[in-house]
Amino acid sequence: MLDAEKTKSDFPIFQKRKPLVYLDSAATSQKPTAVLEAMDDFYQNHNANVHRGVYKISEEATERYENARKRIGGFIGTKNEKEMIYTRSATEAINLVMRGYGEKFIKAGGRIVVSVMEHHSNFVPWQRLAEKKKAKLEVIDIDENGELNEEEIKTKIKGARIVAVSHVSNVLGTVNDVKEICKLAHEAGAICVVDGAQSVPHMAVDVQKLGCDFLVFSGHKMLGPDGIGILYGKEEHLEAMDPMLFGGEMISKVKIEKTEWNALPYKFEAGTMPVAEAVGLGAAVAYLEKRGMENIEKHGKEVVAYAMEKLHGIKGITVYGPQKRIGVVAFNLNGIHAHDVATVLDERGIAVRSGHHCTMPLHERLDIPASARASFYIYNGRKDVDALCEALQYAKKVFKV
Amino acid sequence: MSSEDMYREFILELYKNPINFGKLEDADLHAESYNPLCGDKVEMYVKLTNGKVSDVKFDGSGCAISQASASLLTEEIKGKTTEQLKAMAKEDILRILQIDLSKNPSRLKCALLSLETLKKALVSP
Repeated sequence: MLDAEKTKSDFPIFQKRKPLVYLDSAATSQKPTAVLEAMDDFYQNHNANVHRGVYKISEEATERYENARKRIGGFIGTKNEKEMIYTRSATEAINLVMRGYGEKFIKAGGRIVVSVMEHHSNFVPWQRLAEKKKAKLEVIDIDENGELNEEEIKTKIKGARIVAVSHVSNVLGTVNDVKEICKLAHEAGAICVVDGAQSVPHMAVDVQKLGCDFLVFSGHKMLGPDGIGILYGKEEHLEAMDPMLFGGEMISKVKIEKTEWNALPYKFEAGTMPVAEAVGLGAAVAYLEKRGMENIEKHGKEVVAYAMEKLHGIKGITVYGPQKRIGVVAFNLNGIHAHDVATVLDERGIAVRSGHHCTMPLHERLDIPASARASFYIYNGRKDVDALCEALQYAKKVFKV
Repeated sequence: MSSEDMYREFILELYKNPINFGKLEDADLHAESYNPLCGDKVEMYVKLTNGKVSDVKFDGSGCAISQASASLLTEEIKGKTTEQLKAMAKEDILRILQIDLSKNPSRLKCALLSLETLKKALVSP
């Protein structure tokens, strides 16, 4: 396990807010000084619009924006910058695939496959596409363990045109075998869209090894700022796709009669992009690389395993999802609503999420209206888990259950 | 406000054993509200006699705050005229709940869900 208490010293919020046991990194992570300083430095010393000016600071801004793209690309295993599209969020990245690829290539009666554990961001766009194009939306179920039903993976992907699944569930923590799913999708003649919002921050993800056609993730869940996301896509797909947003930068030539699109990746980067945020995400990736993704993954697994063990020791608790997992533990305490659990925990400076975590189909499947969720990152250790468990006992005392 | 102040005996009691819980077959006013943030659900049934609330029931599920607030609201409005119901506001709920939620705006939504449902029922055809 990494020394979480030492890691906390890299994150100013843990010095400024005490007590703070932050267990909501699956929603958004805290930001290290390195990221804050990189963005501050950008605004103080190099701020200008990118790809526009020929003057010095504009060149500097462009260089930083593009260097971040290279670094983030390398982080997920691509050297081809044409495959790295900046977006404003992971949600926008999925919508871009839905609009740019889905709307162009899915036909009436075509099959789109998602899973019941998807975040709404990887569910609703596909549901909408199916409605719009009169295509068929198939949903892979989970088994009682909280893992994707293997039989349904095989049968439902057969005949599919688009398969969209999360790499790691933001509620169950399940790590899906997306490599295998991509393989099955390709055998069926489908493309595979992987939602990496909960995996890229926590484990080494390599798009070449996964063999995915698209991978989306967001900056703010991996120590970076809000407002920046990434769409990785295979060049051939991105070339074939239509842009979603039209405007500045995404064009090469505009005439009154017709407009030609800019080359990749700029074809999809209309309007002034979140430049400082891209630089901030580049700094976040540098920080993660310095700590080492193997170490981070190992640490994450150890912390979550410790949390599972301790939580199971609390009487009246139900934990959802498999034993083997990454990042998150969703649970309910018998006789206390998740919202009330979160409110009691907040009294002790413990931040957990409560509700449906943007996964209403999954909560319906589990037959629960809500759950509480503790999620962990590199700055969390055993001490945080102990504080959580102690506070859950206190919640039981308050509620007399 | 500490948890023990927020979740006092009478709130917990109403959470475990709600009053006026159930449905009314012959309700004159009915509406349902849902809080997508936390999954709280409240359904309200009001029976009117001579323009006054003669019976009221609520159905639903959710957190202690939303459910206790619904119990207390249904008890509060018995005998009131529809004009009086229309005049009810946030302050009335906070008064009967006896909880200071000024620093918990997201929990305030839970507390106000039943009132919101009642208001909806008043304008529903």
